[in-house]
Amino acid sequence: MTERATGEYGTEPFREILMRHGLQLCRDRTTALQVNVGLNCDLSCRHCHLEAGPGRDEMMERVTMDAVIDCARRFRFSSIDITGGAPELVPGIDYLARALAELTPRVVLRSNLIALSRGRGAELCELYRDLKAVLVVSLPATNAAQTEAQRGAGVWERSIAALKMLNGLGYGMEGSSLELDLVSNPAGAFLPASQQQAEKKFRGDLMRKYGISFNALYTFANVPLGRFLSFLERSGNLEGYRSKLAAGFNPCTVEGLMCRTQLSVDWLGRLHDCDFNLAAGLFHGGQLKLISALSELPAPGTPIPVGDHCYACTVGSGFT
Amino acid sequence: METYYDPTDLGKFSEIGKDAPELAAKFFDYYGAVFAEGELTEREKALIALAVAHTVQCPYCIDAYTRACLEKGSSLGEMTEAVHVVTAIRGGASLVHGLQMRKIAEKLSL
Repeated sequence: MTERATGEYGTEPFREILMRHGLQLCRDRTTALQVNVGLNCDLSCRHCHLEAGPGRDEMMERVTMDAVIDCARRFRFSSIDITGGAPELVPGIDYLARALAELTPRVVLRSNLIALSRGRGAELCELYRDLKAVLVVSLPATNAAQTEAQRGAGVWERSIAALKMLNGLGYGMEGSSLELDLVSNPAGAFLPASQQQAEKKFRGDLMRKYGISFNALYTFANVPLGRFLSFLERSGNLEGYRSKLAAGFNPCTVEGLMCRTQLSVDWLGRLHDCDFNLAAGLFHGGQLKLISALSELPAPGTPIPVGDHCYACTVGSGFT
Repeated sequence: METYYDPTDLGKFSEIGKDAPELAAKFFDYYGAVFAEGELTEREKALIALAVAHTVQCPYCIDAYTRACLEKGSSLGEMTEAVHVVTAIRGGASLVHGLQMRKIAEKLSL
């Protein structure tokens, strides 16, 4: 067997495995914008690649929101995805969501569910409904033990209550145009179930036990960055998890990776190719550029900076 | 300390094909087909395999199917119940043979 160089994963570096397969990770036509409005969150999930939590004060201010809105006006993305942290905790999130909803056919809000059920949550839910925003919410499992192992004590009951409340508003209900999607990340150092099979189980369990319905479920591998990386190190799972991600590299996933068609902007207006590169400190184009200075969308073929964390998006059926 | 069981051997399972490749190929083809989704889901099959792994007390199988069950979306509650099913059947299999014991003993006894 040929000796291969060792990357930060103790395995073949991601950059080299791409080369070995004759692949390059380059941008395609940009159609989506992801807006990370900050790291403040009311949960401290143990798999969070951004280490978001109550102690974080990074939040998007109005001037950056205006730069994002201006960008959306100039380029007309087919989808704009607002994430955090917990977007509900950012003052002015209603201003941003309202403005962006006028500039794209599909505005998506990512939520931890808990922030929707307290503070301004109820008011924001009604706004999202009025804007016909898509809601993408986190629920790792259909049981309390795995959900709370990942997201903290007391989260299970409140997540179920929030899902029922969203169904009550029409989200995720048959015949309704209000889309409610779930995201399930594994509650530990193992890979996710196949999306199709997991969706079937979630749909059955949530309807049978709680009368909850939703539109689609997405399963994603945890990315070894931030708090999840710390967990892997502490628990002695790092080497095994990294090897598993690298061994599962699927070259067919590269063409459909979301970083090829999406731009990601952080709370300070800095551009990245995805939220994981944001967490890893990798800038779009390899250098700091602000959204306010974006005069044109990235040309197809522009290289995307990669790191060994990219293995998490190319394992199995991939992160698209 | 050396032991008969080495966890890294699990990843080398395919090496069993050395010197008898055709038989190994048939086995692994069959194995793959058995665990593909059919009337039972892959998740259900992994739970059955986990239970059987405890019956045959194979540490490689317990390792492999604990991971497989988690990756197919099973909860620790479901996995623990599967092991109790094994335990009930194994215990029941012993206990039901008690009828044989009683029948023989009763025939021999005054």
